[in-house]
Amino acid sequence: MSEFAVKCERLRKAYGPVVAVADVSLSVRRGECFGLLGPNGAGKTTTIEILEGLLSADAGDIEVLGLRWSHHAEELRQRLGIQLQETQLPDKLTVEETLRLFRSFYANGRTIEELLQIVGLEGKRASRVGKLSGGQKQRLSLASALAGNPDLLFLDEPTTGLDPQSRRQLWMLLEQFRERGGTILMTTHYMEEAEYLCDRVAVVDHGKIIAEGVPQELIARLGEPRVITHHGTLEDVFMSLTGRHLRDD
Amino acid sequence: MTEHSAHPLVQLTLARIREFLREPEAVFWAFVFPIVMSLALALAFPSEATRDVLVGLEPGPASQGLRATLEASKGITVREIRPEDERRALREGTVNVVVVPTTPPTYRFDPARGESQLARAVVDDALQRAAGRTDQWTAREEPQQVAGSRYIDWFIPGLIGMGLMTNGMWGIAFGIVQARMRKLLKRMVASPMKKSQYLLAQLLARLLFLPAEVLVPLVFAMVAFGMPVNGNPLTIAIVVLAGAFSFGAFGLLMAARVRTIEAISGLMNLAMLPMWIVSGVFFSSSNFPDAIQPVIQVLPLTALIDALRAVILDGASLGAIRSDLAVLGVWGIVPFFAALRLFSWK
Repeated sequence: MSEFAVKCERLRKAYGPVVAVADVSLSVRRGECFGLLGPNGAGKTTTIEILEGLLSADAGDIEVLGLRWSHHAEELRQRLGIQLQETQLPDKLTVEETLRLFRSFYANGRTIEELLQIVGLEGKRASRVGKLSGGQKQRLSLASALAGNPDLLFLDEPTTGLDPQSRRQLWMLLEQFRERGGTILMTTHYMEEAEYLCDRVAVVDHGKIIAEGVPQELIARLGEPRVITHHGTLEDVFMSLTGRHLRDD
Repeated sequence: MTEHSAHPLVQLTLARIREFLREPEAVFWAFVFPIVMSLALALAFPSEATRDVLVGLEPGPASQGLRATLEASKGITVREIRPEDERRALREGTVNVVVVPTTPPTYRFDPARGESQLARAVVDDALQRAAGRTDQWTAREEPQQVAGSRYIDWFIPGLIGMGLMTNGMWGIAFGIVQARMRKLLKRMVASPMKKSQYLLAQLLARLLFLPAEVLVPLVFAMVAFGMPVNGNPLTIAIVVLAGAFSFGAFGLLMAARVRTIEAISGLMNLAMLPMWIVSGVFFSSSNFPDAIQPVIQVLPLTALIDALRAVILDGASLGAIRSDLAVLGVWGIVPFFAALRLFSWK
């Protein structure tokens, strides 16, 4: 068994003249939480969707859980948990019905009770999805990604748009997933999220990885803080590499 | 340990059914609307055929003699119409003909309207006879009330056909386009769900709604209007299934790539509106010129309504409606495979 949960070399994807992913190589170890960090439009989503087998790359070599999409798509689908950036689950279904639906796609996995309990939605089981708060919807989305008891979880900006409290709550759930031995590959444009959750991060800009490493090391590599009055953050790493802020807001 | 988990096809079908039933508007259009529609049309076109013709006369002494004659005749109702209201009254059908007291009388009527033509003939007959015309003979009349020949009887199969089209196309297409728009399709194919099962579930959910969709207006018409159902229930069911499949496949094709509700609404109207008009829902498609009849006859709604009327009203056999079934079959199979080829999950 490969020691890597995800391994890709020289990934490339262009839409006509627009190069979304120019050259990305990365490897995620089993049990690790790996973050793809970068501003909107950097190529994070394209990269993760190629690794999820939802997009095909123009060039590059991909191995997920030691398997390849070209030969083992069905097995991979059974063993991965995927949360997409913009999915809206059906408003008219209840929490429990939604989980039953997703659970039915997997040969093996967790019970509905376990899933409800993991994400703390036992009290909301009979509520319509449309009536849930943003944080609750995101937890339901995570629960549906966990339905097949995956080895590897792909998360695309899992906390975008959430209030700080809901974000914290989701971080705790992801930590619990890791404590049980799960591997996470996630994208984010929140520095504090990457610093809190990720063992290693790759900073992506214009479809390329411009820095990679343990968050604290990347921050330490900055050397003498220039204008930094607070302790260094990944935000500073990004600024020193590109001269730009990570977020426009 | 895994708990017993229901089959994905069951869960997908259940999800579709729940989404539909929890959408009050959708339920209204599918089940309540046909009843409202048939009630309204039954009121507008009463079943008793013995309606008087409506004759307009201007008030005043000049019309006195005419009024006396016409009021004494059977089947004529006289209404006073002032000259300035005449055109309006004719247009609205308040009167079918206006008689002006000249010698001989002048008839003002619209020859393009059947009831106007009829009124002219009835009035002329009454006046001629009063003026001393002697008839050669009087024909013996045997009035018949043929069950199934009333407008409402003719209309109900058309209504059922229209419902199968509207609900079939919307029922399939709306859910798919919405799921694509909400990136739910993409999320589903990121799971081990089988694509074929998703599509099959959409068709299955339609299938489960069919009995109610057809039986509600049919039973309502039988009870409320005494509409006769002469066909074999199995033959009716086969026609309904063929129609549902045809329009379901058509809906699937429309939804294969569309990404917005606005776009699918436009496409749907483009496809359905011409058929509402030419396929004989409200009036016979034979009203249209011979030149376009070949086109009208190969439309799926024309075929479905023809077959429904033949089976429900005349008790036709499957053999008698085979050309209609063939049209529906082609409209089902070709779009179905085209849809599978074109379908976008992203």
